[in-house]
Formats: sequence, C-alpha cells, structure tokens
Amino acid sequence: MPLKIADKTFYSRLFTGTGKYSSAEVMANTIKASGSELVTVALRRADLQQKNDNILSHLTPLGVQLLPNTSGARTAKEAIFAAQLGREALGTHWIKLEIHPDPKYLMPDPIETLLAAEQLCALGFVVLPYCSADPVLCKRLAEVGCAAVMPLGAAIGSNQGLSTRAMLEIIIEQAQVPVIIDAGIGAPSDATLAMEIGADAVLVNTAMAVSPDPVVMGNAFKLAVQAGHNAYQAGLGVQCSGANATSSLTGFLNEMSF
Amino acid sequence: MQYLQSSFYQQWLALDDSQLQAHLTQAKASDVTRVLAQANIEVADMPILLSKAAQPFLEQLAQRSQALTRQRFGHTLGFFIPLYLSNLCANDCSYCGFSMSNKLKRTTLTPQQVEAECQAIKALGFDNILLVTGEHETKVGMAYFTQVLPIIKRYFSYVMLEVQPLSTEQYSAVRQLGVDAVLVYQECYQQDVYGKHHLKGNKTDFRWRLETPDRLGQAEMDKVGLGCLLGLTDWRLDCLKLAIHLDYMQKRYWRTRYSVAFPRLRPCMGGIEPQHLPSNAQLVQLICAFRLLSPQLDIVMSTRESATLRDNILKLGITQISAGSKTQPGGYADQTEILSQFDIDDERSPEKMAKVVTAAGLEVVWKDWDPSYSAG
Repeated sequence: MPLKIADKTFYSRLFTGTGKYSSAEVMANTIKASGSELVTVALRRADLQQKNDNILSHLTPLGVQLLPNTSGARTAKEAIFAAQLGREALGTHWIKLEIHPDPKYLMPDPIETLLAAEQLCALGFVVLPYCSADPVLCKRLAEVGCAAVMPLGAAIGSNQGLSTRAMLEIIIEQAQVPVIIDAGIGAPSDATLAMEIGADAVLVNTAMAVSPDPVVMGNAFKLAVQAGHNAYQAGLGVQCSGANATSSLTGFLNEMSF
Repeated sequence: MQYLQSSFYQQWLALDDSQLQAHLTQAKASDVTRVLAQANIEVADMPILLSKAAQPFLEQLAQRSQALTRQRFGHTLGFFIPLYLSNLCANDCSYCGFSMSNKLKRTTLTPQQVEAECQAIKALGFDNILLVTGEHETKVGMAYFTQVLPIIKRYFSYVMLEVQPLSTEQYSAVRQLGVDAVLVYQECYQQDVYGKHHLKGNKTDFRWRLETPDRLGQAEMDKVGLGCLLGLTDWRLDCLKLAIHLDYMQKRYWRTRYSVAFPRLRPCMGGIEPQHLPSNAQLVQLICAFRLLSPQLDIVMSTRESATLRDNILKLGITQISAGSKTQPGGYADQTEILSQFDIDDERSPEKMAKVVTAAGLEVVWKDWDPSYSAG
C-alpha cells in the first residue's frame, strides 16, 4: 500500500533533505539512490528570486515533490510569512513547519508550532509540522488540520536514533494522520526500527549527507525503510525472554478427565 | 553610559586571574586525555584544551573538531563580505589604522555610494554582508544607520553590523531596520591591558563594551559575534575568558546564535608591534577547542590570514569566511585606494576562493537566510 498524505501518493516511505551536501550533484545522486519522492528544501537556502538556483535546478529533473521548510523561523509569525513567500515562489502549498528558537539543540517550540499550524491550515496549506515526540501535541496538531505529524526521534543531526521511542509508540498508536519520524535517525537500522514500530515514513538528511559515501548510504536507507515497512506489514513475532517449549503450569490439565 | 544591573560584568569581576592561570599552566597530558574521552566538553574543560599540555594532541583535536563541524554544518562553508561604510573614528587605539590621531583622508559613504557598493557586491554573488565603520557616534550613528540600512537590506538577506557599541534601544531599532547580527569584539578581557591600548574616546569605557553582548541579547539579535584581538596580551588567558563569556551568553540568551573570531593583529599605519601572537599551530588549537566546546558555534576567519593558512584551516572547524574583501570605504565600486583599516593578506577574488573551497570538498553557501526571519 502506498502512503497517502493529503492528495498525494508516495511509493517511497523515505523522505530526504537537501542540506549539508558537498555539492548539488552529490545531493541529487544521493536522493536518486534513496528513491525518495518527497524532498525538503530550506527556504533560507533557496534563492527564490533566482530562477536557476543551484539546489532547485538539480531537483527539478528528479521529479520529486518539493517540501519547503521554514528552518530559521523562531516564531509563528516568521514561519507563516516565510511559508507564504515559499508558496508564491515555488508554486507548492505544502510546507514543513519548523520553528526552533533554540540554536543549540534546534528543539521545536511546541507553542509557536501549534499556533502557526492552525493559521497555515486555515490559509490552505498542507502542513507537516516538525514537533517534539509529545503525544498530546501530535493530537492537537492533527486536530487543527495538519496533514501529518513529524515527531523527532532525537535532536536534529544528532544521529542518536529513536531516543524518544516510548513516546513515538504512543503517537503511532493514537494517530489518525500519517506519522513521519524526523530527526535523529543516524543509521539505516534506526530507520528500519522506526518503520517496524509502525511509522508511516521517516525523514533522513544528516546521516546521508555527512556520510563519507552519501550515494551508497542513500541506497542503504532505501533498503532499510523497505525492510522495516515490510516487516511491520508482515507482523513481527512477539518478543519473549525465554524458550516456550513446556507447559509446566497447565500440564496437569491433561492428566485430568474433566 | 547606562550600565546594566545584571550582566556579564559581575561574572567577569568575580573571575580570579591567578586561579585561571593556574588551571592553564597546571594542565597535564593525562587531563587532556581525560577531557578528550568525554562525550561533551564544558567550559570547565577549556583551560585544559587551551593549555600547552594540549598542544601535542593537536591532531586529535582537529579530527574531532572537523567531525563535529561536518556533523552540524555539513560539507558547507558560508561566505560573507565586509562593506566598509566609513573610516571616521572618535577613538584612539594603539593598533588600528582608523585611529583619530592618524592623519588620513576620512570618508563616509553617501547613500548613493552605498547603493553603488551594494550593486558591485551583489554582482560578486554575496547575500550575507558585514557592515563596518569606525566608531564615530555623532557622524556615523543612528541617523546614518537609519538612512543607509533600508538601502542595504534591499540587496542582502542577512545583514551584520560591526560598529560602535549601541544601547539596547538602539539595537532594537537597527534590528527593526533589518540588522540580523552584530559583532562587537571585546578586543581584550584584561582591563589593565585594555586601558593601555584604548587611549581616547568611548572605547576607553571597558564596562560599556563588555556589557554590549548582554544588550544585544536583550534586543533579541539573531546572532552576536564575540572575539578578542590576538596580539595584545596572553592569548590563552584572554581566550579562556572569551569562552566563559560565550558560555554565559549561550545560557542566558538562549535564543541567540553566536559567532567567534580570532583575529591576529596585523600591521597598520602607526600601529604597535603585536605581542604574544599565537602561532599557526596555536591558532588551530584555539579554533578546535572552541568547536569542541560548542558544536553549533559559527567560527569566522577573515582575509587577514594568508591564503595558505586559510586553505588548510577552513576544513578544521571554520564555518564562515570572507573573500575578496576591500577594507577601504567605497572599495568595491571604485578601486582607487584611500586607506585600509589593516592590510589584508588573502587577496583572492570571491570566485577564485569559491573554487578553492569546492576543491576542498565543501559547498559554498552564499545564501542562508530569508528576509522573513529578520525583524521589522
């Protein structure tokens, strides 16, 4: 089953970013190898006035869906303004809402994010908010009309994997919109785990862009996401601590006639 | 000058120089090994990383600094360019070509000249600009900034300012006019040495300058640049205090980003001979130590340094460089020399520099801001 977000269908459940690459060529080749169909672009990096922007001109031939992001915004007001400019310049009403006022860990501001999400949805945007792994916040974001939620696995760029796993499991269990695990996924095995616990998709950037061989790593993530999703669909065996061979507690029942 | 009730000044007063010196001089190789084994480096570890004992560990420091920088900033390097608006100055500083006692042709760009400079710079590809003036409150103050900033903001997404320290209210006002970052280097954290080099003008007020980053934090500036001028005093102690200042700022004004620079004193007209200059190896040690302390910190390198050094150092922890800089007002549109603040060393054009950076496996980032994120 492909993934549906708003009116779009995605056959790849691996979403990617465009930052941190050594060149636009490496970026394009990596995205190609990853099979990703949804790619985020920081509005701060794209030169919206210039038609031949280096990042955008390399993405166009790939035929991927662009997802402009508001990275750099610290308040709802700034994010909304940037989203409107992005919609005009890039011709897409999809927006990845990112509001992180803390430059150290780039933690999303839940209050400003909810405020901005509500207004952007009202303005007709397809809003995908980057947010803390907070189950109630994710419900609230869905209630105001977000097309998906993007809770973090760990701090952006940290490669720490799913350090918020327990909360992510609650979010996935309760979700009525797609859950895309964003940030912190450092290795293909993290992506597999995210998919195995039922995430609808993952977003990976640093682990691919900063790898010594981004193209090979892009392909590794493609396979990892497929593997995790297939395993989730097949149904994982239940983990147990010991062997299950005997029935010592109920064996006596076989000895009895009634 | 209106001092603040609560600022870094109080913390600075409480610093015990002899204790800090002892931490720097008593550090041993085993301390360095212990610190390098930690996952996170804290400000308390900085005396060890800045010590002589850390010098033999330079390669390890550089490897870790590079990895942290790539992890955080990716394979990229930001480009910016300084625009010198005026060389008027009401200070007398022992090391600076703009000093008021220097006999030289003084000039301040008119709005028309500013526009011409912006066009010439824009044609070079820049979107991140650093506006520089001498420090002349009356002739190049708020009235002038109010006049020229709207012109400049039409051309550049990210605008940085390096001018005399302003008040909190004035910083809020320039922020509304589109200024995103302000660089105010303390030059020297030792008050007695500071006094010997800053002889006349408002810059003689050590506390006013030291509290400037606090005022910028209160004005919610996006980025604040800290730094000391290397060549005035013992760089290890001075940079340790810079690290303490940075740590204070990062914790108190947590929304603000920070940059540091380590300018080594360059010869200028009528200037002093630098003393205690860190060697190239010591400069690398400094850059790496600050990177280990703060992975998100912008570390800036200007064209003061030689091409060879810049080419090698830019992979080790630097995140922002200037290229093709002209340090005389009007120098981009009009190539006739007036007078520079200091001699630049790396005179390669931005285009040539970009090729060097690309060859080093890094992507040049010309634009990294959207005007929507600027106030106003």
